[in-house]
Amino acid sequence: MRWIYITIGVAITGVLGFLGIREVVSDPVYFLELLLGGLTRGSIYALIALGYTMVYGIIQLINFAHGEIYMIGAMTALIVASVLGLWGWNAGVIAILAVVFAVVYSCAYGFTVEKIAYKPLRNAPRLSALISAIGMSLFLQNYVMLAQTPEFMPFRSLIPDFAFWEPYAHIMSSVELTIIVTTVIVMVLLGILIKFTRIGKAMRATAQDKVMAALLGINVNQVISTTFVVGSATAAIGGVLIACHVGQINFFIGFLAGLKAFIAAVLGGIGSIPGAVLGSLVLGISESFFTGYFWSEYEDVFAFSILVIILIFRPSGILGKHEAQKV
Amino acid sequence: MLKLKDVHTYYGNIHALKGINIEVTEGEVISLIGANGAGKSTTLMTTSGVVPAKRGSIEFKGKDITHLPADEIVKLGICQVPEGRRIFPYLTVAENLDMGAFLRNDTDQIKSDMDYVYGLFPILANRRNQAGGTLSGGEQQMLAISRALMCRPKVLLLDEPSLGLAPIIIKQIFSIIKKINEEQNTTIFIVEQNANLALKAAHRGYVMENGVITMTDTGENLLSNENIKKAYLGI
Ligand SMILES: Nc1ncnc2c1ncn2[C@@H]1O[C@H](COP(=O)(O)OP(=O)(O)O)[C@@H](O)[C@H]1O
Ligand SMILES: [Mg+2]
Repeated sequence: MRWIYITIGVAITGVLGFLGIREVVSDPVYFLELLLGGLTRGSIYALIALGYTMVYGIIQLINFAHGEIYMIGAMTALIVASVLGLWGWNAGVIAILAVVFAVVYSCAYGFTVEKIAYKPLRNAPRLSALISAIGMSLFLQNYVMLAQTPEFMPFRSLIPDFAFWEPYAHIMSSVELTIIVTTVIVMVLLGILIKFTRIGKAMRATAQDKVMAALLGINVNQVISTTFVVGSATAAIGGVLIACHVGQINFFIGFLAGLKAFIAAVLGGIGSIPGAVLGSLVLGISESFFTGYFWSEYEDVFAFSILVIILIFRPSGILGKHEAQKV
Repeated sequence: MLKLKDVHTYYGNIHALKGINIEVTEGEVISLIGANGAGKSTTLMTTSGVVPAKRGSIEFKGKDITHLPADEIVKLGICQVPEGRRIFPYLTVAENLDMGAFLRNDTDQIKSDMDYVYGLFPILANRRNQAGGTLSGGEQQMLAISRALMCRPKVLLLDEPSLGLAPIIIKQIFSIIKKINEEQNTTIFIVEQNANLALKAAHRGYVMENGVITMTDTGENLLSNENIKKAYLGI
C-alpha cells in the first residue's frame, strides 16, 4: 500500500515541479508576485492562527469565536478611523489610535467570551465547550450585523504608500510590505514573551499540566485569560491589516478568515506555536500559487481539501506532537 | 501547624476521605501509610486545595484554609510534590525550577536557592538545559523535590517519593529529605506505601485504610506494632 502512495506522491510532485519550473522561467516577476502575495496572506493567517493554537494548547478547545474577534478588531479600527477622519485628525495619529483601539476592544471581547462561554464549562465534556464556541461565534456575528450593518463598508487604508518603497511597488504594495514586517515583529515579540517571561513560562507550564501549575502557585484562570487576551491582540492586528489590504469589511469576514487560519493551525500542528506560523505560511503560499497558476475560483475548495487531507494522513500536523504526547 | 479536622472528600459519589484528623507540628517529619486506594493522595490534594473538602476544616498556622484555591495555599508556604512527580515535560530542568519559584521575586535569593538544590542533586546541574521529560525516573523525583524547595516551603508534602525508583536512589532521596528537615527546619509530610522506609524516616506516623485513619503513634512504635508488621511490613 505504502509504495503506491509514494509513487503517486513522487509523480504529482514531478509534474507540478516541471510545470512550476517552466512557469517560473517563463515569467519570473509573476512568480515573485504570487510568492509575496502568498507570504502576505500567510502572515495574516498566522496572526489569527496563533490565537487558535495557543487556546487549544492551553485548554484543548477550538475557539470558533476567534474569527469574530478578528472581525471586531477590523470593525473597531474602521469606526475609530472614520470618526477621527471626520474630525480631520492627522493620518498617522489615526492609524495608531485605530490599531490601539482595535487591540483593546478585541482583547476585551476575547477575555469576556472566555469568562462567559468557556470558563463555566471547563470541566464539562469537550463537546459542550465546542458548541458554546459556535454559539458565541454566531452571536457575535449577528450582534455586529445588527449594531452596524449587513452591507460591506469601505475601509480606507490606514497605511500610506511609502516613498522609499516606490521602486518595488509594482511587485508588492506598501500595505503588503507593512503586513509582512508587522507580522515578523509580532512573532518575534510573542516568541520572547512565551520563551523568556514569567507569564510566558507560566503559560507553557499550564498548557502542560494545570494541576501541577496550580500546585506551584500559578493562578491557572488568570493564565488562561491572558492566553485569550494575547491571541485576541494578534488577531486584531491581523484584522486591521487585512482590512487595509482588501479595502472593505462586513460582519462576516471573520468566518472565512477564521476557518482558513484554523486550517493553517491544524496543518502546522494545533497546539504548536511554530507550527501555526509554518502552517499559515505554507497554506498562504500554496493557495496563492494554486489560484495564480490553476483555478482562481477554487481557492477555498483548495484550502478545505488540504484540511481533509491532513486530517486523513497526518492529523497531528507538520510540527504537532503525537496525540499520546499531548498534555 | 497544619491541622486537618474531620475532613470529608468526595469524587462524585465516591467517599474518598471519611472524616480524617491529622495534626502536623512545626519541624516534624510525619508519615501517612496505607494501601493503594486508601486515600493518601486525596489527603494531600485536599490539603493543597486541588480537590475540595466537602466537610470538616483544614487549618494552617491558625488560619482556616479549607476553601482557599490551590495557588493561595502555595502562597502560605504549603508545597506539594505530587504522585508521579508531574515534571513539565517540555520545560527544561532550569525552567522547571523557575516555575517552583514562580511566586517569588527575590532574584538573588532565587539564584542562591537554585545553587543550593544543584548542590543537593549535582546531576540536575549537568542536565539544566535538558527537557524535563527526558530525565530518568530518579532524576525526575530529584527535580520534583528541588522544584518544590524553590517555593521555600514551610511544609513540604511528598506523595510516594519512592515510587518506581531503584533502592539506591530511594536511599539517596530519603537522606536528602532528612537533610532538608534538619538543615532548613522544613516540616515534612510524607505519604508512602513503603511503610518501612516512611516510618523509619518519620517522627510520627498515621495509618490509613479506606479513607479512615486507623492508627497513629510515633514512627518507632508503629514499626514494632504487630498489626502493622503483618499488614504493611510483610514480616
Ligand atoms: N480523580 C478521581 N476520580 C474518582 N475517584 C478517584 C479519583 N482519584 C482517586 N479516586 C478514588 O479515591 C480513593 C482514594 O484514592 P487515592 O487518594 O488516590 O489513594 P492512594 O493515594 O492512597 O492510593 C480510591 O478509591 C480512588 O479510586
Ligand atoms: Mg496515591
